[in-house]
Amino acid sequence: MTQAPAIQIKGQYDMAGERLFEPIDLTLPAGQWSCVLGRSGVGKSTLLRLIAGLESAGTFTGNIVASDKRPIQGRVSFMTQSDLLLPWLSVLENIVLGARLRNETPDLTRAKGLLDRVGLLPWREKKPAALSGGMRQRAALARTLMEDRPIALLDEPFSALDAGTRADMQELSAQMLTGKTVLMVTHDPAEAVRLGHQIVVLTHEGATLWHPPKTAPLRDQYATLWHPPKTAPLRDQYAPETTACQAALLAHLRGRQ
Amino acid sequence: MSGVRYAVSATTCGVLLWQALIWITDAPHFILPSPWLVAQAAWQNRLLIGENALFTLTEVGLGLVLGSLLGVVTAVLLASSDRLHRLVMPLLVFTQAVPVFALAPVLTLWLGYGIISKVMMAVLIIYFPVTSAFYDGLSRIPQNMLDMAMTMGGTKAQIMRRIRIPHALPSLGTGLKLAAVYAPIGAVIGEWVGASKGLGYLMLLANGRAKTDLMFASLITLAAMTIALYFAVNKAAAHLQRV
Repeated sequence: MTQAPAIQIKGQYDMAGERLFEPIDLTLPAGQWSCVLGRSGVGKSTLLRLIAGLESAGTFTGNIVASDKRPIQGRVSFMTQSDLLLPWLSVLENIVLGARLRNETPDLTRAKGLLDRVGLLPWREKKPAALSGGMRQRAALARTLMEDRPIALLDEPFSALDAGTRADMQELSAQMLTGKTVLMVTHDPAEAVRLGHQIVVLTHEGATLWHPPKTAPLRDQYATLWHPPKTAPLRDQYAPETTACQAALLAHLRGRQ
Repeated sequence: MSGVRYAVSATTCGVLLWQALIWITDAPHFILPSPWLVAQAAWQNRLLIGENALFTLTEVGLGLVLGSLLGVVTAVLLASSDRLHRLVMPLLVFTQAVPVFALAPVLTLWLGYGIISKVMMAVLIIYFPVTSAFYDGLSRIPQNMLDMAMTMGGTKAQIMRRIRIPHALPSLGTGLKLAAVYAPIGAVIGEWVGASKGLGYLMLLANGRAKTDLMFASLITLAAMTIALYFAVNKAAAHLQRV
């Protein structure tokens, strides 16, 4: 895998004549996790689609560039809340789907190695329906890793999992996506604070906020940088500085700060 | 097993109602023959009916296979190209506005009194349901599945083959089940317009000679054949629908 690039996103997004989010200037640091929080409908998933170069309903004015100046498209892997495993394929065949879709011969040995690392090797011949939600999401993670792209875009990948499984998946993902530039959309401040090197709160303000606020320059943008605790991820979920940051973040999300 | 028991009970009820109707209305046997008379006619003419049924079954079978293949290919083509879909779909709907029954005499004129015109009728009558059901399945693939395939750099043909078509197979199953019921209609209409063989021909012949019992026997044979065909296709479709 090549070195993961940083990604800069500069621009605004309009949908059907309405501004979805005001101009943002956001840099996703190379090889680090950026977590995006924000209310539903604010354009978090849209941001993800924009980076992936997928079609979206509205228009983005601005540009999204990688620090190494090479195109981002083709260097991205995707992971979503629904595992998107194809129900008619075995787990192993799901993992190597990318290669099959590109008309390449899949590296089954590597796929089995990855399945082993996510603990699914004994289930490789099973259909996804035979797996639990957590196992399916682990399979999806293995598929993401199989693609071996330097940039990973995660759209609420763990939000449908139970608390214990979610914590496990967070750890596993943090380990296995090390070195990749990760953008994760989440609704969970705790998750963001736990995993993020950087936390972004995305909001869209109505017409009332045409005038930029008079606070520090960073606050002029509607994508606000939030500084996670100074410790390195993966953080202890219940350490005092983590919970303090979570509390502040939640207050901010609810508009109380 | 209870399914069979229900079917037997329903049939018995039907036969009893039929017999009751004759007792109540006192209809003469050349208007409404009794179940017993029909059963006798069926047994006496078993070779004649069997031979003609086999002929109709051949027409229906050929029509089903050809029409389904044609429908499947059309649906895949339409699903591969948005432009083609926008161009061809209105045309397809328009052809559906022409009753296939009305085409039967024309088809007989063009393709003759033989088997081809009947097979064509069956093809025409099932082509649209199969195409439209399969196309629906092909186009109703979840967007995020396609997004994933796109980010993986999948080729259009491979995405069609490995994701869209398998995803649409249950819809194809639904279309095929409809086709199994429609195809005999097409074949029999074709036989009514002009044929020298087949159950439709036999019914017309029997009707013309006031052999109402034979007509009913042919009709029941046709219905039984259609039901058998439906169950056979249903079984095959269950394979498609099991993911």
